[in-house]
Amino acid sequence: MDGHAIVARLRERWGDRILATHDYRGDHTAVFGREVIVPALTFCRDDAALAFDMLVDLTAVDYSRFPGREDGPRFEVVYHLYSVAHNHRVRLKVPVEQDDSVVPTASGLWPIANWQEREVWDMFGIRFDGHPDLRRLLMYEEFEGHPLRKDYPINRRQPLIGPKV
Amino acid sequence: MGVGAFFTGKLDEAIGWARKYSIFQYPFVTACCGMEYMATACSHYDVDRFGAGLPRFSPRQADVLFVVGTISHKMAPVLKRIYDQMCEPKWVVAFGVCTCTGGFYDNYATVQGIDTIIPVDVYIPGCPPRPESVIDGLMKLQDKIAAGAQRF
Amino acid sequence: MAERKTRELFLGEGSSADGTQHLYVNMGPAHPAMHGIIRIFAELDGETVVKTDVEIGYLHRAFEKDCEAGPYNNAIPYTDRLNYVSPLINNFAYSSAIEKLLGIEITDRCKYIRVIMSEISRICDHLTCVGAGSMELGAFTVFLYMIKAREFLWELVEDVTGARLTISYGRVGGVKADLPAGFDLKVKKAFAETRQVLEEAHTLLTGNRIFIDRMVGVGALSREETIAWGITGPLLRAVGVPFDLRKTQPYWAYDRIPFEIALGKNGDNFDRYLVRMAEMEQSMRIAEQALDGLPGGAIQVDWEGKAIDPASYVDLGKQGKTEGLLLLPIKLSPNLLGQDRGAHARVNAQDKRVILPTKAEAYGSIEGLMNHFMLVMEGYGIRPPAGEAYFAAEGANGELGFYVVSDGSDRPYRVRCRPPCLNPVAAIPRMIEGEMVADIIPTFGSVNMIGGELDR
Repeated sequence: MDGHAIVARLRERWGDRILATHDYRGDHTAVFGREVIVPALTFCRDDAALAFDMLVDLTAVDYSRFPGREDGPRFEVVYHLYSVAHNHRVRLKVPVEQDDSVVPTASGLWPIANWQEREVWDMFGIRFDGHPDLRRLLMYEEFEGHPLRKDYPINRRQPLIGPKV
Repeated sequence: MGVGAFFTGKLDEAIGWARKYSIFQYPFVTACCGMEYMATACSHYDVDRFGAGLPRFSPRQADVLFVVGTISHKMAPVLKRIYDQMCEPKWVVAFGVCTCTGGFYDNYATVQGIDTIIPVDVYIPGCPPRPESVIDGLMKLQDKIAAGAQRF
Repeated sequence: MAERKTRELFLGEGSSADGTQHLYVNMGPAHPAMHGIIRIFAELDGETVVKTDVEIGYLHRAFEKDCEAGPYNNAIPYTDRLNYVSPLINNFAYSSAIEKLLGIEITDRCKYIRVIMSEISRICDHLTCVGAGSMELGAFTVFLYMIKAREFLWELVEDVTGARLTISYGRVGGVKADLPAGFDLKVKKAFAETRQVLEEAHTLLTGNRIFIDRMVGVGALSREETIAWGITGPLLRAVGVPFDLRKTQPYWAYDRIPFEIALGKNGDNFDRYLVRMAEMEQSMRIAEQALDGLPGGAIQVDWEGKAIDPASYVDLGKQGKTEGLLLLPIKLSPNLLGQDRGAHARVNAQDKRVILPTKAEAYGSIEGLMNHFMLVMEGYGIRPPAGEAYFAAEGANGELGFYVVSDGSDRPYRVRCRPPCLNPVAAIPRMIEGEMVADIIPTFGSVNMIGGELDR
């Protein structure tokens, strides 16, 4: 199925629950609200026509310094899906507010989401509701703050041992 | 001064000669420099001809700690522990510019030079250093080993 | 883990009904397997692994945050150090993601050059993986032979890029420089040596009783699980799924070069080894065909997609060839009337140490450099329109993806690298469940974890 057909199938099933879609440089994207993202991902995985059996990537973007989007929802969690059977891709996004940065977990659908959500928690501070073991993946537990947020200065070091430089 | 000092001086030289040609290194390999370390240790640039061909992967059995590759703040306590576990006499070689000064990783995750944590004897800069640089550094280390007073 | 009293630890009291307890073994961050730093915390029942916890992040070097700091081309050295055994593939995948964001198309010759260099890089990666993996099983000779072959390939890379490992060869819109003269002869020689090394490795390993006993049936994952864990690359092909981005979603020149995908059957370590050995041969085939079919022409495009003539980059003045320069016919603007050479000579002493050069000379020799200058001047240069793009290339470990978000300025807003080896490393607990401690080593070796890519 080509990108337009995939988005059409999503619209057919989810209609008004889709907040936005776009197609930029050939990548088709659908934006969902967070209350409906896990059923939408389940649909993407289980529907025979879509059959997105591989979660390629789960990441997030901090839009607080993006010109024109500083006032909107601060984060966006991005899911890249791929279907081995049909060889097509789609991108799903979920906008997340700063004050209530919780998203339901996808680790029940694809086991790799466990580690990828841990990384998003580590780097951005977005919690995943229902995640079995949400702890930091890349940084150490004593680290304070979430480094990939735009307000974390790049060379604020928190050494465990050695000089505080 | 006298005859005694002459004999201990000669003994020091002999022990220094033996120590510098039997380096048991602990290659603490973390990152890209490890590839150049492997290249130096293997047939093309052979480090075995300097007597340093047997890596000991245990700090208890090694006398030179080659810190190869970037050390992050998460890894730093591990490095310190490995260094503490080694017995005297021990030397440390900072292999690669990430271990010398942090390299171009001036960020929240990287130790800006391992000499902030452990004392370093030889610095081999380069990103990664060519095997010729590594051998040059190794030879400088051998000079340093031979020149020091050999306590035992 | 709960606190355990001394009696429990030494006399086995408590913990379970028959007095046995599980042993916890920590294969800590600094361990002999030369793959990188990772911590495998295993719970053992005798020799059998019951549960493992894998801890990564010991080489986290803030790649994604560092990329946000500089203009787009500044991220190229950081991408070198992602998968540092095949750095060319990372460079080119990142450049292609930005080119997709800009909506420009690179020249044909550049596509072929990227294919050739990527394949050479892929062979280096597989050589390192198979060599290190067999060294850990005791076959030290194979490691030495494969590193010898890798040196021949690194000489090729050094001829083209100038460096052996961290090459920074790719650029947004092209590659740094063209292939040198006589490159195809050097490639032929290097590949002949590599093929001989592969044959020696086959003789030593593929029929070897000990190797087979340690690798066959160990560390296998079923097809559904491999896909559910998002594992791509040689590990997915070892299960029998013909997913190779070079064939399913071709990019650069891969749609014009025929080659075969190596497939395994059982997905165990031995199949992964065979897939990697077969892929090396296929990579050599691809590189040779690409060299035969290499088109001429420009290798770089500017940020609007127009091809840049390579001759315009050459600054004869800097090379000391100044004889022809003063004769370059430069058309000066009418505003500069009176600044041409004739007028200049009438009123100024011809002394370079004192008098500024004429406009004709100033423009005549740095014109080619202005193109460069515009690209690096702060605030100018590569400014893709605001948007996002995801580009995936077939890295040596699987799908290497770059997801780039641009805000319209000359710095990337967010660069995300999708590391292909994160998925199999996350699946290691699943792979070694029920196996013995000694099986962790070949499994971990066949996963080919590269710390720079895993922890970024």
